[in-house]
Amino acid sequence: MESKLYLYPVWLRIWHIINAVLFLVLIATGLSLQYASVDYSFIDFEIAVSTHNIAGVAITIAYFMFVFGNLFTKNGKFYKIKRKGFFSDLFTQIKYYSYGIFVHQKTPFPVTAKRKFNPLQKVSYVGAMYFLFPIMILSGLALIFPEFIVPNVFGFSGIHLTGLVHIISGFGLSIFLCIHLYFCTIGKTPTSNFKSMIDGYH
Amino acid sequence: MVTTLLLWMLPVATFAEDEEAPVFENAEYNHQCFKCHGQKTYRYYNESMDREMKDRMNPYFIIDSALYYQSNHASFMCTDCHSPEYETFPHAGELRMEQQFACLDCHGGDETYAHYQFERIEEEFQASIHSTKHNEDFTCWMCHNPHTYKINARNNHNIKEVIVYDNNICLSCHADINKYQLLSDEENPSILAAHEWLPNQTLHFSKVRCIECHTEIDKEMLIAHKVCSKEKAVKRCVECHSQNSLLTATLYKFETFEKRNKLGFFNAAILTDHYIIGANRNYYLNVASIVIFGLTLLVIIIHAILRIISK
Ligand code: HEC
Ligand code: HEC
Ligand code: HEC
Ligand code: HEC
Ligand code: HEC
Ligand code: HEC
Ligand code: HEC
Ligand code: HEM
Repeated sequence: MESKLYLYPVWLRIWHIINAVLFLVLIATGLSLQYASVDYSFIDFEIAVSTHNIAGVAITIAYFMFVFGNLFTKNGKFYKIKRKGFFSDLFTQIKYYSYGIFVHQKTPFPVTAKRKFNPLQKVSYVGAMYFLFPIMILSGLALIFPEFIVPNVFGFSGIHLTGLVHIISGFGLSIFLCIHLYFCTIGKTPTSNFKSMIDGYH
Repeated sequence: MVTTLLLWMLPVATFAEDEEAPVFENAEYNHQCFKCHGQKTYRYYNESMDREMKDRMNPYFIIDSALYYQSNHASFMCTDCHSPEYETFPHAGELRMEQQFACLDCHGGDETYAHYQFERIEEEFQASIHSTKHNEDFTCWMCHNPHTYKINARNNHNIKEVIVYDNNICLSCHADINKYQLLSDEENPSILAAHEWLPNQTLHFSKVRCIECHTEIDKEMLIAHKVCSKEKAVKRCVECHSQNSLLTATLYKFETFEKRNKLGFFNAAILTDHYIIGANRNYYLNVASIVIFGLTLLVIIIHAILRIISK
């Protein structure tokens, strides 16, 4: 096809693979902790606690790599959401995914050097990376250092509230991951996006 | 490390000051003892020197009158338990040998206190490691200070205070070599070191009591009294960190009964006030997450099938 676009710089690919692996570890250990039981255990509780803590701290460090990378390289501009036409663009993309794609219409926002993400991708990446992710990290760190948690919020245990926030944001990101994985199969071929994330070229 | 120990031992006796002090019928009588036993120093008249002397009170013989009048036995005269001969000073030498009452001497077989199950407590205590190893020397008074003991778990709704109170009972020996060595010639093992395996130790010790892990659970009793050897102690995290957390049968027993009946779903009690990984499962969140996850998968599968068909 046409000349290839180099869209995924090395640091991004390194971050992404680290992030993906750690995230899977966190999901597995997190589920195991949440559904711990006396009779069976998916992962031994003690091991699950320490693994979850270590992976959590590691993914936080990796997260900073992502934030700084996007602050100081050109990759950051792909995440800027323009207000003008935001909803109509989003709607166009949703229409495409729910109808156009089945009747072989052209994708309304093809990938170019200026536009890596379609509008839907953009909001979901921004939502996941700059909204849910920080919430998950902050609540997680608070649970590692519970002495900093306000003990009582309107008669409700502060640590309990923090726990709920952590579980809900973690769940939200897990849902993101499912959708993310599926949408990555919508490329030139089902595997081409995954190849891009390995060699960097679109 | 030492400071964490001290933190657990913070006194809990913070009662509202404006609470009207109840009048105790025997306060006036007891005052003659508190005059000396309530202070760091006391005065007495020295007949052979014919003048008043001031001396220091043995710190172990000082009784905090405020705590005394909050205790279960606040209505007592000192001489209900001690010989009336203590009224004279210097106390006669043979008083030292006075026989002490045991709890059961007064509470045994008494209907008024049947709900406390004193006999059963006695039985459990006899079977405990403390009693079997130190039989006669280890009495109920060792844990229940005769001058300050006040029921907590039963009627104090502030679980934090209960935990501190109950743990201080154990720590009065296990963090104090002087009292410990009343019973044993050994050094008391360091509590911090013995529980090194427990992560977030400070948090754990402020959220659970020693007896949760060290006593044999008795479903019929509010406070199990059979402290077992360390080999039998709870070490598996999931015994607490799971849906059937042992804490519902111990620490949260009262709460659990009350609230579960009202709300009718599992772990209702733990839910609002505590956060225990594995034990807190919000019923609604659980349902919501399964529904959301299911819907997401469903949409993805339908989309994928349509994509394949239309290829
Ligand atoms: C003038 C001060 C004074 C008064 C009043 C006093 N005591 Fe004492 N008491 C002492 C001192 C000093 C000791 C420690 C030395 C000793 O045993 O004589 C002591 C020791 C004791 C002991 C511990 C004995 C032992 O060796 O285990 C008891 C019990 C006791 N007093 C009870 C009482 C009671 C009950 C009263 C009130 C009826 C009372 N005392 C009034 C000064 C006093
Ligand atoms: C409910 C019974 C009871 C009452 C009431 C009581 N005592 Fe005691 N007291 C005891 C017992 C039992 C001991 C022995 C404690 C031990 O062996 O650990 C004791 C010990 C003492 C001691 C020795 C200190 C010690 O720890 O060995 C002093 C002093 C004392 N009492 C003073 C008083 C005074 C003063 C009052 C009144 C304000 C009083 N007691 C009220 C039961 C009581
Ligand atoms: C000398 C007799 C006597 C001894 C010894 C004694 N008690 Fe008591 N106890 C009483 C009396 C009488 C009351 C009721 C006091 C009141 O209502 O003012 C009481 C009250 C109590 C209460 C509170 C009951 C309630 O419902 O308010 C508890 C708990 C208790 N005692 C536990 C003990 C324990 C534990 C011991 C031993 C460590 C003990 N007692 C030793 C006589 C005694
Ligand atoms: C190793 C320490 C220890 C010993 C020994 C001990 N107890 Fe206790 N006991 C406790 C603790 C801790 C509590 C909980 C106090 C609270 O929160 O009310 C308790 C509570 C109690 C209660 C109140 C239970 C309730 O249902 O509210 C009674 C009654 C009691 N003990 C009696 C006894 C008797 C009788 C003995 C001796 C046979 C004894 N205890 C020995 C530690 C001990
Ligand atoms: C009066 C002091 C005293 C108090 C209070 C006390 N203990 Fe002990 N405890 C001892 C002594 C002494 C030993 C050592 C027994 C031995 O091996 O000789 C001991 C031993 C133990 C052991 C270790 C048994 C083993 O296998 O080596 C445990 C566990 C224990 N206590 C738990 C508790 C708990 C829980 C409480 C509070 C409910 C408590 N203790 C309160 C004095 C005390
Ligand atoms: C989460 C459960 C748990 C709690 C809470 C807990 N312990 Fe333990 N404790 C254990 C276990 C398990 C051991 C045995 C450790 C080992 O064998 O390595 C132990 C050991 C001990 C020993 C024996 C130490 C030795 O080396 O002989 C003592 C004494 C003791 N605990 C006292 C306490 C006291 C006092 C408290 C409250 C301040 C407490 N424990 C709270 C689980 C617990
Ligand atoms: C006796 C019951 C009990 C046992 C046994 C127990 N825990 Fe806990 N754990 C608790 C309670 C209660 C809390 C704090 C709940 C709260 O904050 O309200 C807690 C909190 C925690 C936390 C802190 C969570 C946070 O909010 O930061 C971790 C991590 C933890 N436990 C891990 C473990 C591990 C690992 C083990 C086994 C080695 C273990 N626990 C054994 C009762 C227990
Ligand atoms: C096993 C797991 C994962 C796989 C196989 C995977 C795969 C991919 C692929 C193929 C791309 C490139 C396609 C595109 O640009 O849209 C991509 C991009 C991206 N992924 Fe993932 N992913 C995984 C996990 C995650 C997780 C857990 C997160 C975050 C929580 C995440 C966040 C992102 C982001 C932000 C991008 C865009 C990066 C950029 O180009 O700036 N991924 N992923």
